[in-house]
Amino acid sequence: MKKFIQDLAETHRYQPTHLLPILRSVQSQYHYIPQEAIEQLAQLLNISRTQIIGVVEFYSFFHLSPRGQYELLISDSITDHMSGKKNLISYLAEKLKVAVGDVRQDGVVSLDNTSCTGMCDQGPAGLVNGHALTRLDRPRLDLISDLINQQKPLNEWPAELFLVEDNIYQPGLLLANPIQPGTALRAMYKRGVPETLAEISFAELRGRGGAGYNTAWKWHLCYEGPEEDSFCDIATHRQQQRYVVCNADEGEPGTFKDRVLLNSYAHEVFEGMTLCAAIIGAQQGFLYLRGEYLHLYEKLQAVLDERRQAGLLGSNILKEGLNFDIEICLGAGAYICGEESALIESLEGKMGIPRNRPPYPVTQGYLGKPTVVNNVETFMAAASIAVNGGDWFANVGTEKSKGTKILSICGDCSQPGIYEYPFGTTIQTVLNDCGASDVLGVQIGGPSGTFISNKEFNRQLAFEDLATGGSFIVFNDSRNILEIVNNFTHFFAHESCGFCTPCRVGTSLLKKQLDKIIGGHGSAGDVVALEELCQLVKTQSHCGLGQTAANPVLSTLQRYPELYQSRLKKISYEPGFDLDGALETARRLAKRNDASAHLAQAEE
Amino acid sequence: MSKLITIDGNTIPFEEGQTIMEAATAAGVYIPHLCHHPEFTPHGSCKLCTVKVNGRTCSACTFPAVDGQDVLNNTQELTDDRRLITQMLFVEGNHFCPSCEKTGNCQLQAVAYHLNMLDNHFPLFYPNRELDASHAEVMIDHNRCIFCTLCVRASQQKDGKDVFAISGRGLNKHLIVNAQSGLLKDTDIEATDQAAHICPTGAILIKRTAYQVPIGERIYDHQQIDQVSLASENSQHDK
Amino acid sequence: MTNKIRVATTSLAGCFGCHMSFLDIDERMLQLVEHVEFDRSPITDIEHCTNCDIGLIEGGVCNSENVHVLREFRKNCKILVAVGACAINGGLPAMRNFIPLEECLNEAYINGIGVENAQIPSDPELPLLLDKVRPIHEVVKIDYFLPGCPPSADVFWKFLTDLIDGREPSLPYELVHYD
Repeated sequence: MKKFIQDLAETHRYQPTHLLPILRSVQSQYHYIPQEAIEQLAQLLNISRTQIIGVVEFYSFFHLSPRGQYELLISDSITDHMSGKKNLISYLAEKLKVAVGDVRQDGVVSLDNTSCTGMCDQGPAGLVNGHALTRLDRPRLDLISDLINQQKPLNEWPAELFLVEDNIYQPGLLLANPIQPGTALRAMYKRGVPETLAEISFAELRGRGGAGYNTAWKWHLCYEGPEEDSFCDIATHRQQQRYVVCNADEGEPGTFKDRVLLNSYAHEVFEGMTLCAAIIGAQQGFLYLRGEYLHLYEKLQAVLDERRQAGLLGSNILKEGLNFDIEICLGAGAYICGEESALIESLEGKMGIPRNRPPYPVTQGYLGKPTVVNNVETFMAAASIAVNGGDWFANVGTEKSKGTKILSICGDCSQPGIYEYPFGTTIQTVLNDCGASDVLGVQIGGPSGTFISNKEFNRQLAFEDLATGGSFIVFNDSRNILEIVNNFTHFFAHESCGFCTPCRVGTSLLKKQLDKIIGGHGSAGDVVALEELCQLVKTQSHCGLGQTAANPVLSTLQRYPELYQSRLKKISYEPGFDLDGALETARRLAKRNDASAHLAQAEE
Repeated sequence: MSKLITIDGNTIPFEEGQTIMEAATAAGVYIPHLCHHPEFTPHGSCKLCTVKVNGRTCSACTFPAVDGQDVLNNTQELTDDRRLITQMLFVEGNHFCPSCEKTGNCQLQAVAYHLNMLDNHFPLFYPNRELDASHAEVMIDHNRCIFCTLCVRASQQKDGKDVFAISGRGLNKHLIVNAQSGLLKDTDIEATDQAAHICPTGAILIKRTAYQVPIGERIYDHQQIDQVSLASENSQHDK
Repeated sequence: MTNKIRVATTSLAGCFGCHMSFLDIDERMLQLVEHVEFDRSPITDIEHCTNCDIGLIEGGVCNSENVHVLREFRKNCKILVAVGACAINGGLPAMRNFIPLEECLNEAYINGIGVENAQIPSDPELPLLLDKVRPIHEVVKIDYFLPGCPPSADVFWKFLTDLIDGREPSLPYELVHYD
């Protein structure tokens, strides 16, 4: 092990910022992070062992105790559940003789749940040693069990198990007009760099991650410094090294458009990043790719190589004097890293905890230097705007939301996949196109977004109406809204980073309170308490995760109060825990089962 | 020309670079807090110091004071939210004040008193947490840790050591110490370190000092934390 | 029938310390009984409470009997009050929550020093233990909380006189203690 760790650290030039990729290699080699490895790495990287332990315990894909040689994870997204995930994982557990959450006695296989893996258009999905598995069904699980029991190496597994399709059904402005590598950069140099920023500004491009911050303005701030001088010293700001970061930590359940963009439009994305680098004066870029998209890693490295060879990346790009390169960093299973400042922390080799703001990343980002963080789709759109002009883009969409939005559509529809629409398109149009019928409602923007009912399908995709990072989950009449809300609420409790009190404790309390009501143990006061808790978590949390964690409850409570009411008992109060179950141990030990050895959950 | 903000309608001067918390403390205005300490880099995690700045919710300990800000601090709405946040801290850990030697000197308890918290409001978690009594002079009772990171910061920024860290995610957050064994006795902490004294709760304690002051005669038995905190933080500031 | 306020009190998983502290109102008790009469309570012989205005509960819920008593109080008291640390958060009895119940019982009845004829009691007359001690607000709805271990006599006095005088009960800073 000593040699392996030594070589690994050397490959990464002993950079503490490379802690995540180093730990990924250790985990993949030993199926856990051994204590000796932690000690050795602390020495080699010259960081404290507690930083390494912190990182290991923070990210879902790292473990302090051994997992199986085959680490199987099954995606827990609501869409996986809708296609029978629960039965499948029980089937698999039985088949492999391993309990969910455990490692089999012989150490060969471990099985667990994981948050949405971004394969909602081809689920139920999973991961084996980090590699995406799609379209899981019983025959596939039989095959997987056999392969594991024969201990067949992953590279000998049938390729069809790992097949990931793009499923682009509706290309629009961006998807239907791919640009040739280099054309955006050439157009920029022809037009002039500041003039190109002006085009992007004219296009009114807004961030595609969901928040919708004006892209040109963000780039401008990164170069010029913020408006309010009290937040930074402008003179020093201008001299600094700068960074471009592409946020491909697409963790919002139901979203998978970045997966497709990086699979089939990677040049455009990298070109957009290079464009940004030229505008803000950055030499280094990062693509932060969520760990679940490991299957894209080699391919993306090949695209980067291709670009270096074509003079589109590296030193003296297009002989215009621009020096810029891009490094791909893989995440390790933490939804919070989609938050830009948490992502930067993660890039620095730390736990993904959102920073206090101000200062914002545009003034103090990666390693404290000005940094632009944008979504995959934003960079792609910027590249297209550089080629086609701001007009071309701004002519599409609504007054406040220009251009198009790429949606990942999944759930109850006949053609789940990628659809691109001009902003302003109604939900009904989208539903017609993807083949959805008997629709109960749509979750727009993922669990952190909004649940809209079938009375609201005339509403529009737009920042001013329904904003979304791309997630669009369709539910038909057969679905149970409370089960959906429950899935989302458990997701947030699992993904809360734990930094601030309202989110760390509040998301777990929300989970408990909702479980109580859904379990039929609630009374009138419990819905009031639920709502009070939602408001607190929403208003007091540190970052977007906590601020939106109560949205599934709030948006359904507003639309379907009767659903919650129907679960309530007409009594003043009922315990939130199983009262009779709490006597089980005592009953067993006293060998009793008489009437007085039991308790009713509520007073008769 | 000095710059000004208003807190609950009262005009307060501030110096360039100060946070709202620093400006308020200097002006004798108490904003409840647990993870903040004037000697260390602000952390902004407990969220007790949440104030409204021009209508927007911000942590006073990290948010810079900017000329003309209108800050709301002592409102019923904020007090109610702060009480709920304190109750969250109580139910998340195991805070049995009658059996805790820190009672009466505990800032968590004192903030709760100050906010007139009479109950826990939420269901209790009763997490299973450990005790580390391995060190000869200092002990950790993890049941009472609220993850404020004051010990982490004090050790790094004051003691020039690196004894503590917070590890884990979400509800699994926990305090760890910098030793291969994971035990406090194998770290370089000493009872004279500020990190050993700074815990706002009874999570880090100096052994054999528990009952030198009887219960009933302790800091917060007769004085409210707002007065105690302003007096001590302003005197630290003067030093 | 008098028009005095009927008060019932009980101790569940508690030590009666709160009751002792209540008695520490000393001579003020004479003033109190002008307005109050006691229903079920350790100081009366009444076994079950009926139609009370105020129920004072000391102690948390550790066994099935506690649940029955608590429910009886909830059913028969207009205002139910959690009195003391144990009622509010389980208190010292809840410190057994970190040891599995099976271990507790084995230690007490099977493996303990000096145990003869080792067996876990199984008489149906005996209440069974819950796996965890719970605060009372997790089992029934509670209207008011009086913190302290125990709450001082002045807390009882302030709370009850507020109610008697028709004021919303409140505790000033000096009366709020958790120890």
